[in-house]
Amino acid sequence: MEEITVSVPDTVKPKPVFLEEVSAATPGVSRLEMCIQCGTCGGSCPSGADMDHTPRALFAMIRAGLRDEVLQSNTPWYCVSCYYCMVRCPQEVHVTDLMYTLKRMAIREGYTDHEAAPDFSQTFIGYVERYGRSFELGLATRYHLAHSPLRKVGIGTLALDMFTRDRLAFVPKRIKGMDGLHAILEKAKAITREAELTGGTQLL
Amino acid sequence: MKYGYYPGCSLERNAAAYDVSAHAVARTLGFELDELDDWNCCGATEYIAINKLAAYSLVARNLALAQKQLHANGNGHLAADGRAQLIAPCSACFLNLRKADRYLQEDAKLHSMTNEALAAGGLHYDPGAIYVRHLLEMIVNDVGYDEVKRHVTKPLNGLRVASYYGCLLVRPHLGGELSDAEYPTELESLMKALGAEVVDFPLKTHCCGGHMTQISAEVAYELIRRLLQNASEYHADVLVTICPMCQLNLDAYQTRVNQHFGTNFNLPILYFTQLMGLAFGLEPKTIGFGKEIVSAENALIKIQRSPEPAAAPTPTRPRKKKEEGLPMPRMPEDEEVTA
Repeated sequence: MEEITVSVPDTVKPKPVFLEEVSAATPGVSRLEMCIQCGTCGGSCPSGADMDHTPRALFAMIRAGLRDEVLQSNTPWYCVSCYYCMVRCPQEVHVTDLMYTLKRMAIREGYTDHEAAPDFSQTFIGYVERYGRSFELGLATRYHLAHSPLRKVGIGTLALDMFTRDRLAFVPKRIKGMDGLHAILEKAKAITREAELTGGTQLL
Repeated sequence: MKYGYYPGCSLERNAAAYDVSAHAVARTLGFELDELDDWNCCGATEYIAINKLAAYSLVARNLALAQKQLHANGNGHLAADGRAQLIAPCSACFLNLRKADRYLQEDAKLHSMTNEALAAGGLHYDPGAIYVRHLLEMIVNDVGYDEVKRHVTKPLNGLRVASYYGCLLVRPHLGGELSDAEYPTELESLMKALGAEVVDFPLKTHCCGGHMTQISAEVAYELIRRLLQNASEYHADVLVTICPMCQLNLDAYQTRVNQHFGTNFNLPILYFTQLMGLAFGLEPKTIGFGKEIVSAENALIKIQRSPEPAAAPTPTRPRKKKEEGLPMPRMPEDEEVTA
């Protein structure tokens, strides 16, 4: 019998599957592959109405490999980390952890220029990386100056309320072991950078 | 009994009322909260959005410090299984610490990489070595309602309390949480032990908006409004929280929510430890009363407690409506009196 060989053109060859990439980058066991598209997550989500796509829709899009559409979506940025979806999911998919993974991927791949949330996260951790503790006053002033100067008046009265009750520190507190913490975080970032170069996506 | 204590950044200043009342309650109940030396921020919900390994290393530094300090002789009260116990009063810190411990156990690659990073700072963590617990869960399970009741000298009779859990202690199921992810009852039982009248509060485990007040304020305002509305519908005098983020959102943003929706909420937001301290007969000023932005003065007056130490008892103002009446908007002159 004559043997038939089918040659697949290069363009059709499967790329690393987006679904696997997202799942591998999520700490612990994400169980993303187990999603049965029931929609319990979206129905439980307190900010679902503000999202471009519900988590269920987003997971279908991940499975379909719609990388651009998924990483451009505002969905992860509207996640309030309430974990309702995660405890209600019949397949025990780690929905909230997956949202964090999508945030990281979106930032890394430059999809987030229009969102304020990445800047908030970055400003917050900037103080943590420098002092070892968060610094609310610095965070509020720096972030709001950049993103919503018109809100400054309202934020000002709130800050004043906090000051008068001694609930807002003027200066950040620095931990003693800052050198050690700095070394730890630099090492973690170096390992991450190396993984970026070698494609070790499970780290990112 | 001595427990390791991880206060978290909020409790240093913003939620100092929680910290001071937690320590006061501990003294009354006979346990000690021994602060972890040189702890760092847990990264809240922010670091994990930027860099996974750095986020886990940041949390793991605290666990490594706890392992080093709490396993040293006599430093901590060990759990039955030999794990050292670290108490976190903040729900977000609790979840970050517990989750890191859990995922480091499940994810071998994350475990080895995190310890590689920790080694750069001369530290090491063995996942599972630390038993991270929330303060509420520890008080309920280790101290118990009966023992709490035994210390009540000034019961909170007649004070209508809405018990608010928020999200991060009750969900997700990573161990160490309360009895139910959506309808726990521990906080209510604790409030009843203090003599308070617990009101129904169906939204007790709904989200306060977390960091959304900073990112998309309108989203957060709506979530906060729902909670205030729900507690007010059940005529709560105060709402008790177990988390500094929830307290901040519901308390500091209550005026903004009122402006945004044209509402007139005036609900004091207190920490559960503050109500415990009150029932234990402690002076309100010594357990952080006065730090709340929506004043709790009316609530104190209702239970015949003066907001000022050793001041003359403030006369109770007669209620302007019948107990069974529908909730009415507060009159401006009422606000001025309490301000």
